Amino acid sequence: MGQAAVSQHDALLQTGAALPKGGFEFIFSVPSIHCGGCISKIERAVSTLPGVNSARVNLTLKRLRVVVGSLRDIIEVEETLTRIGFPATPIEHGDVSEADGDKKASSLLRAMGVAGFAAGNIMLLSVSVWSGADGPTRDLFHLISALIAIPVVIYSGQVFFRSALYALRGGRLNMDVPISLAVLLALGMSLFETLTGGADAYFDAAVTLLFFLLIGRYLDQHMRDRARKSVVSLSRLSAKGATRIEADGKLVYVPLDVIAPDMQLRVFPGDRIPVDGTILRGGSDLDRSLVTGESALVPAVAGDAVEAGTLNVTGSIDLLVTKTADQSFLSEVMKMLEAAENGRGGYVRIADRMASIYAPAVHLLALAAFIGWLIISGGDWHRALTIAIAVLIVTCPCAMGLAVPVVHVVGATRLFQNGILMRDGSALERLAEIDHVVFDKTGTLTMGDASVTSFAELSGRDRARIKTLASNSSHPASKAIAHMLKDAPDLGTDSVLEKPGYGVEASIDGTVMRLGRPDWVAEIAAPGDPASSETASQGHRLSFARSGARPVRFALEETMRSGAQDALSALQQQHISVEILSGDGAEPVQLMAQHLGIDTVSAGETPASKFARIKDLQAAGHKVLMVGDGINDAPSLAAGNASMAPASASDIGRQAADFVFTRDSLEAVPFAIGIARGAGRLVRGNFALAILYNCIAVPLAMAGYVTPLVAAIAMSASSIVVVGNSLRLLGTSGLRAHSDALVNTRPSSTGFTKPVGAKA
Amino acid sequence: MNLLIFLIPVALGLGLLGLGAFLWSLKTGQYEDPEGAAARILDNDDEPL
Repeated sequence: MGQAAVSQHDALLQTGAALPKGGFEFIFSVPSIHCGGCISKIERAVSTLPGVNSARVNLTLKRLRVVVGSLRDIIEVEETLTRIGFPATPIEHGDVSEADGDKKASSLLRAMGVAGFAAGNIMLLSVSVWSGADGPTRDLFHLISALIAIPVVIYSGQVFFRSALYALRGGRLNMDVPISLAVLLALGMSLFETLTGGADAYFDAAVTLLFFLLIGRYLDQHMRDRARKSVVSLSRLSAKGATRIEADGKLVYVPLDVIAPDMQLRVFPGDRIPVDGTILRGGSDLDRSLVTGESALVPAVAGDAVEAGTLNVTGSIDLLVTKTADQSFLSEVMKMLEAAENGRGGYVRIADRMASIYAPAVHLLALAAFIGWLIISGGDWHRALTIAIAVLIVTCPCAMGLAVPVVHVVGATRLFQNGILMRDGSALERLAEIDHVVFDKTGTLTMGDASVTSFAELSGRDRARIKTLASNSSHPASKAIAHMLKDAPDLGTDSVLEKPGYGVEASIDGTVMRLGRPDWVAEIAAPGDPASSETASQGHRLSFARSGARPVRFALEETMRSGAQDALSALQQQHISVEILSGDGAEPVQLMAQHLGIDTVSAGETPASKFARIKDLQAAGHKVLMVGDGINDAPSLAAGNASMAPASASDIGRQAADFVFTRDSLEAVPFAIGIARGAGRLVRGNFALAILYNCIAVPLAMAGYVTPLVAAIAMSASSIVVVGNSLRLLGTSGLRAHSDALVNTRPSSTGFTKPVGAKA
Repeated sequence: MNLLIFLIPVALGLGLLGLGAFLWSLKTGQYEDPEGAAARILDNDDEPL
């Protein structure tokens, strides 16, 4: 185990980044930070350690940034964090390359600040003009407004102008085309008015428009950044490297990309197998649940082939590499994943769908107003142009620009408060359309661990013996038994031998005893055990025997994820059909389905067949939500119209999913669908409000009644109405009941397995 | 009218001051951890007795 610790340290040290001023920066994700007390506790404990230059907690992102003088000082920091109860995961600087998104967000925020300043000041001057300033005073005020507005529009409007240009070059229209046109035309027209001493100037409208729209843009960007950051901070330090056995037998920790076929690697218990290979020496039990969906541990001995992503549970094994990392099993799944994600690119966000109708309509209306007034007024192009600009400004692009982002930010905040992270803004829209949910079994409907469901009566002496054997093994079944017998005394022995794939053997009080596979235990037990003919019908079976005595049997079941039953009945209320697609064997899947009352079930599925099943459902017109966790689920997660994964999922599964729920309860699924549907209703409501407003404002504008004052009031009022409507998502009462249920995050006693008392 | 010669620069100056303060707070990273800032107010640095 000492060697395993060394490899962990090497992995930790590789996440550090040298700072230009000297010292090394490390960033940890510390999910258990939750209050002000945690901040001072962590900062006090870490900053007093030797070699630590600074330690600063970020409560919003639940991160700790540490600067140390020399690399090795960080090991002490990580150990200290674990000791004081804040287990931390180092974040690779590659992952933190959020600089791009951050830069975008802060440049939007700067543009918004500048536009806000200009809007305030120009409005101040405009109010004086509206309330009766005229003659040279009005001209002076217009001139000052122009001097503020021109540089501000050039600076703050860039993001819209660029996007509009980009769309026009591609021969498309987006929302930014009418916005840019309105702002630029209004600015040019007002400048002309100012220089010729005219009465009406639209400087305030142009700048206020930019200000409101930038608020919407910033919110959109901010939400995407936060979603991405929270998922990055979840990603654990999975096999980013491996322990290589050199020719002279020395162990060296090497990064994943230098591993080549024919190298020898050592994989310690508790580590994931980094690349495909065959076992040279040693034996172990492998947890392939993330790879295949099978829940039972698979024994592996020398000569067996193993896939990347498998978890090594009980023994240390030496591996001969057969494929490089980018040819391994994982990368095949990655390729399927990419193909599936390209397929989903077809989804058009509701805002873009609106824009594709809205932009041409606005342009046609403005053009019609211009030509109409040109004819009516007998060639007064100045009058006609002013009215056309009023139409462009008043058609409510601000309410349109705020209608979607505000709802999504509010929705994402509600989800975040309930432990659900959203990775993509359009995910909320896609989730609202769902009518069919596909669940994976292992790791999704069930938790990773097992619990004991039936066992024979035990004498106090046997309880202590079994406890002693079980607590000396890291196999999940042993852990479950040790947990059940937690009151029994541990006899203590030093002759424990763990035989991977079979069980544990020890000698206590001079008697050999075994706990493990029934056939292996029967070798030492009294012959003619009547129970040995009984077929292992349910779950995994284990037995225990002293040499020459009758064996005792245990049955184990996977623990069901808490809230599964409630989640399914909530889904039923939402008129959503449910099915299970599992890679596990038919029997455990059927058992689980019967218990939960799910009719549509398929077992023994491969990644490709799961993917095909989802495509079939979609071809039949269903909108599918995939809920899964494994590497084998990743392609289906990407193929589903929307997807969710628990935080315990494989890295690749989590990256493929739109939503990640960090609490144990499966009730996150109906809750998120409820929020998504509420958000969808509000977005549609907002668009309805915007259209209603346009039905009133556009005829007025086309009739020539919209002065700069009316435009300013109408624009602000419509934006406030839309934002107010969106905030209703914060207090949707039907959803509150769910969120209260979610606050209780402890996995309640497993609905599926009988609670195990210590009464035996 | 004469008053305007003072008042307009004063109004603009105050606006610029606000804008400057906003840009400064942005640059010094004061929006990076809003929740932490709220919690730190309540933390007094003294060790408990």
